[in-house]
Amino acid sequence: MSVVGHLPPPFFKRGPAPLARLAFFMVLSVLLLAADLRFHTLDWVRFAASIAAWPLQRVAYLPVEAGGDLGKYFSALTTLHQENDELRKKQVAIANLLLRQQHLEDENKHLRALLDMRARQPVEGRIADILYAARDPFSRKIMIDKGMQQGIAAGQAVIDDIGVIGQVTRVFPLTAEVTLLTDKEQAIPVQVQRNGLRAILAGAGAGMLELRYMAANAEIQPGDILVTSGLDGIYLPGLPVAKVIHIDHTSSFSFARIQCVPLAGVERRGQVLVLGNRETLPAPPEQPVPQEEKSNRGKRVKKGH
Amino acid sequence: MAVQPTHSSNRILLPARSWFITLSIAVALLLNLIPFGRLPGVPDWVALVLTFWCIHQSLKVGMGSAFFLGLAMDVADGSVMGQHALAYVLLAFAAGGLSRRILWFPLGLQALHVLPMLLGMQIVMLITRLISGGEFPGLLWFLSSFIATALWHPLTYMLLLPQYRPTDRDDNRPI
Repeated sequence: MSVVGHLPPPFFKRGPAPLARLAFFMVLSVLLLAADLRFHTLDWVRFAASIAAWPLQRVAYLPVEAGGDLGKYFSALTTLHQENDELRKKQVAIANLLLRQQHLEDENKHLRALLDMRARQPVEGRIADILYAARDPFSRKIMIDKGMQQGIAAGQAVIDDIGVIGQVTRVFPLTAEVTLLTDKEQAIPVQVQRNGLRAILAGAGAGMLELRYMAANAEIQPGDILVTSGLDGIYLPGLPVAKVIHIDHTSSFSFARIQCVPLAGVERRGQVLVLGNRETLPAPPEQPVPQEEKSNRGKRVKKGH
Repeated sequence: MAVQPTHSSNRILLPARSWFITLSIAVALLLNLIPFGRLPGVPDWVALVLTFWCIHQSLKVGMGSAFFLGLAMDVADGSVMGQHALAYVLLAFAAGGLSRRILWFPLGLQALHVLPMLLGMQIVMLITRLISGGEFPGLLWFLSSFIATALWHPLTYMLLLPQYRPTDRDDNRPI
């Protein structure tokens, strides 16, 4: 391994041997990997580096943006007309629902007030543009053009006009990273719209989703629509998520393999809506008995003094 | 002043300038930042340029630079910290160790040496991520190494261009 190069022969100090250097850097890399994967302690490094790299990233994004603009410029007028017609038809079709929405909301509020229930929390949303899909080929993530300065926070749900597409996982000052539902490490609590059966939906890779931990005899059939159940306190209940396409009952496993496709345009470009934080659910009730005893004892001690 | 490393010609090359090495790596980083999404076959420019300098200037560019470039790529890609760093360090070790051998071959055969190194780098990344529960990106992902290998020939000429300049200025000479 003598590397002489274009310099004089190594009579002088040349630092540690290549193998020693290799071992040092490999150990360092593996430590970093462990720190990031297991303990998630390196997010501040990433944050600082991403701020420094922001101008560079903008410059690198320019050719992609220019390409998109060029494509838009040449998009034929006819397609725009067609789209316009379709949108107009759609608008008329849903006008009925929209017109009655206000009425229904008022009625709902009234009824809830009558029942003395907490009014359903109004959640505001922020429209964001998808900048690009992250380059990492091992996960399914996208970057959006709204970040910390626009009030985006990690954990917020992201939807498009059809349904849920994912969740904000990292926030930078001007951008945010959204992990799509199809990512292998992303899970979402859902229920079957038809019968209210609750389950957990997780990404399965290759743009598919998988309904996990469902008994082989669970009442579910291809074509069922899955909506969010709202049990997690993150997603609002009732947002459409996915459609069941295939159920594999194998007798060797106690769970059925249920494949689903996302309803929303999860892997497409366009605009998304980032929903604001839901009011956190009340914590499950604790046993109040020992606390009461403690406070009583405290009082007694005070009285004694 | 040194003899040109390729066997085919005995033309004398100028020593490489450090600022040019830095500039070429910076340009490669910028090219890597272009968000192509999941388009297969986009070469990893940083890995390619790093391999080039590890082979041609193994005293100036080595595992240390590879490690920090890897960290930069980890941040830029949004991947796990250390994934690119580990792969690039191994790549730099292989390239630096084989540099004396590789430079004796003509460019086509040099590219054949570079291909397994780049593929090995991708396999290291694949193993790291599959262990941590990532998704298999498909066999087409390996296409980028083949395309990078095909670029070895033009890249060598481009990056060696400043070293081809003559030392004495002559206003009447075309180049």
